[in-house]
Amino acid sequence: MEELQQVAGVDVFDFICLTSAFFPFFSQVSILLAIELIWNLCEVLFIDAAPAGSLLLHLLDWVRLHKADVDEKAKDVLQSDSPAEHHNYWDVVVSYVLQGRLEEARQMLVKQATLQPASRNMYKLMDSLLSKMPFYNPGGTQTLTEFDVKWRNWHEEVDRYLKDNTFASNRHLELICKILVGDEDTLLEQKELLSTWYHFLVTRLLYSHPTVKPTDLHYYAQSCLTMFLDSRSVQEPLDSILLAAFEFDIYLVIKDCSIVLNNWWFVAHLTDLLDHCKLLQSHNLNFGSNMREFLLLEYASGLFTHHSLWQCAVDYFDHCPELGRACLELQIERVPLDTERKALKVLRICEERQMSEQVRSICKIMAMRALRNNRLGSALSWSIRAKDAAFATLISERFLQDYCAKGTFSDLDLIDNLGPAMLLSDRLTFLGKYREFHKLYGEKRFKEAAKLLLSLMTAKIAPQSFWMTLLTDALPLLEQKEVIFSADQTYELMYCLEELTSSLDTEEDVEQTKVELLRLSLARNLAMAIIKEGTVET
Amino acid sequence: MESAKYVSQKISKTRWRPVSYSSLQQPDIFATGSWDNEENKVSVWSIGNLGSSGLEDGFEGDPQLICEQKHDGDVLDLQFLDQERVVTVSSTGAVTIFRQAPNSQTMSICKHWARAHRYPSDNAPSTGVACNSPEIVTVGEDGRIIVFRADQEGVVRVIENADSSTLHAVTYLRTTEVLTVNSIGQLKLWDLRQQSNSPSQILSLSRDRVPLYCVDRHPNQQHIVATGGQDGMLCVWDVRQGNMPFSLMEAHSAEMWEVHFHPTNPDHLFTCSEDGSLLHWETSSPSEMPSFLQGGRNSNMTSRSAMAPAGGNQSIISAWLHGDSSKSRLETTHMLPSQTLSVNSLDVLGQCLVCGTDGEAIFVNRQVPV
Repeated sequence: MEELQQVAGVDVFDFICLTSAFFPFFSQVSILLAIELIWNLCEVLFIDAAPAGSLLLHLLDWVRLHKADVDEKAKDVLQSDSPAEHHNYWDVVVSYVLQGRLEEARQMLVKQATLQPASRNMYKLMDSLLSKMPFYNPGGTQTLTEFDVKWRNWHEEVDRYLKDNTFASNRHLELICKILVGDEDTLLEQKELLSTWYHFLVTRLLYSHPTVKPTDLHYYAQSCLTMFLDSRSVQEPLDSILLAAFEFDIYLVIKDCSIVLNNWWFVAHLTDLLDHCKLLQSHNLNFGSNMREFLLLEYASGLFTHHSLWQCAVDYFDHCPELGRACLELQIERVPLDTERKALKVLRICEERQMSEQVRSICKIMAMRALRNNRLGSALSWSIRAKDAAFATLISERFLQDYCAKGTFSDLDLIDNLGPAMLLSDRLTFLGKYREFHKLYGEKRFKEAAKLLLSLMTAKIAPQSFWMTLLTDALPLLEQKEVIFSADQTYELMYCLEELTSSLDTEEDVEQTKVELLRLSLARNLAMAIIKEGTVET
Repeated sequence: MESAKYVSQKISKTRWRPVSYSSLQQPDIFATGSWDNEENKVSVWSIGNLGSSGLEDGFEGDPQLICEQKHDGDVLDLQFLDQERVVTVSSTGAVTIFRQAPNSQTMSICKHWARAHRYPSDNAPSTGVACNSPEIVTVGEDGRIIVFRADQEGVVRVIENADSSTLHAVTYLRTTEVLTVNSIGQLKLWDLRQQSNSPSQILSLSRDRVPLYCVDRHPNQQHIVATGGQDGMLCVWDVRQGNMPFSLMEAHSAEMWEVHFHPTNPDHLFTCSEDGSLLHWETSSPSEMPSFLQGGRNSNMTSRSAMAPAGGNQSIISAWLHGDSSKSRLETTHMLPSQTLSVNSLDVLGQCLVCGTDGEAIFVNRQVPV
């Protein structure tokens, strides 16, 4: 965070204040810094829930974390030839005191003390005052009341020195003394070094009410804000958010952040964190989910529209128990699928969550696209993945149509190697078996081919529309010199033919001639088969 | 030592730049391709000391970007053609050669074949590329195999309709033979000297036709290839032996995207997957001491291999093909620290391994135990 501030080249508080009128339109860095500020404060107030005593220490850390320019200036001063005479020297010392970094203030003062031996006593006194300031130790044995007593004693001592004008001759030391005593006007004069009202708030509390209770915080916050802002400056959205935090109004913080920031990232994560700490009572919204889930869903839905962050959004939906799954189901189908690889990733997400409807629909989209581009193998592989029998049937129909049109099979590599996928749909099985028939025929294994052909019809694997083609394929087998079909087989063929002709409309002449031809061949074959079977081998 | 570098782009491919074999240097430059961005890029990174720009960021070996170039479409595959040139194939179907002159900080496009892979009315993504300088072979979703030469303008040869489904990867088996894998679980061998448009051999599993997404050839024994696919199983095949793979091992719980034999130490194999893991497989031949007895290894996993005993031909030397699991040990090690999104790509050279994930991270390991 400090690096970020250094890179930005300016103190974040200054930056925000200078251009605070344009808070919603800031550059990314400044928004990030503001968000970090709010987040850390929420951590201190809501999550650590520090009690009185430690509360101030945490707030001090918070302020120190977000004001890195002091270290920048200090580095400059220390690296110069004569640090005590550097023009920023006193600024650094005063800033250290304002932040309660008294050790470092003392170390810096030593340098000045060596230069002014005449005022040595004053410097020694200041040094001892600074070293004696009590800081509450949460892990120690001292109770808060004991600490309070000690602190008051110290405070009175400082006050006494002030009233005695001990440091009157050195205006810088006098200033420091007034700060230590918690003089409001002096603190207000240091507006430039403090630069923000919350720094003012914490410093004021440090030097006047170190045992502030969390419940009293907002009184001081409101008054500090009013005191710090003069007529020129106006209250910024950031200020309202911080004020809401000091008032421990979580919902107001979330609401204001949602309004001011232009996406749900911060609010969703903050609410999620607070929910895990059980700090949010369930606020039932209209559609039955609680606020955390609502915000996470909003954020994740926004992510889904991003061209590459949709993958992260899936995890967010997984963590929304009520509506996450339903939202994911709706969104995942809308991811644009330009390449197969992306489709595979989307499918893996769906399959891991048993979203079978979405799997089917995505596979169907890919399969249709493949079919349109004439990639029948791809189309088939998608329908296998979706276990979509209907689509597999469609693809087989395409193949068969191609065959009827061209007389040969396209994509033999696919059909020959269907493997167990054949069982996905009847039509596909038929296609595989039909191709097998052609192969057997090509290898001149006629008997087996014939048997296969017949079984395709009798076992009703072949669609009736295709029977004509099958019977036509049987013709060459019937016309062979050698008898291939046995008598029984021929009877079955004839039965098939009759079944076919009785169900078809017999208007087309072409069909009629074919039927005639078939009947003739079948009769001839029957004759030859009967003779052959009846002949006794001699 | 693992180090993750977050690069604000999902990485689809990473490849080491080849080092000359004469020098014993470890590789120090790698290229990455991104995907799923509105503007995708091909980038070149360095993990070595580049003269003055040393260890400024304090993290030794953090990859530093040397140069990058815009890429139209997702980078679906990337290969180094030689020391200076990189070939990429894109989701738009284009094939591009990028050139980075030595010691320069810029990269430029030196050749571009737009819409090399295409459908009649649409773009077809090109999914894989293999190089054997100056020859380049690409495959795509349109089922075409295209042969280019880096020094020629046009296309040298197109095998139309090489496959009815998508070809996912291609690799050279010999200088004139390539092997492709497709969506219906087939490996096809193509002899580029032949003019015919059909493969010289087709191999596939006799069980489910699981789509295969990656293939790699054993560096020394050209008949041994490893494949991975949709079910995350690692298969090792002997292409001379026909239709059955020799070993089937359960590797990942989701798609396996890449498989690589180690180029100089092929007893080691690496696979990466959609499930976010990167596995290092090590097999030891029976004569050596079993590797699990050697010290110096952290986070070992017990072997999850389920090797199907195949009819082991004793003359096969490679330990990958031993069917008898008592004779060889197979060890599997997870190489990435924890749950990540899909690991899309890996490359290994010498002792260095680089991989890229969908979590927009690049991991570099410079002390791979090989």
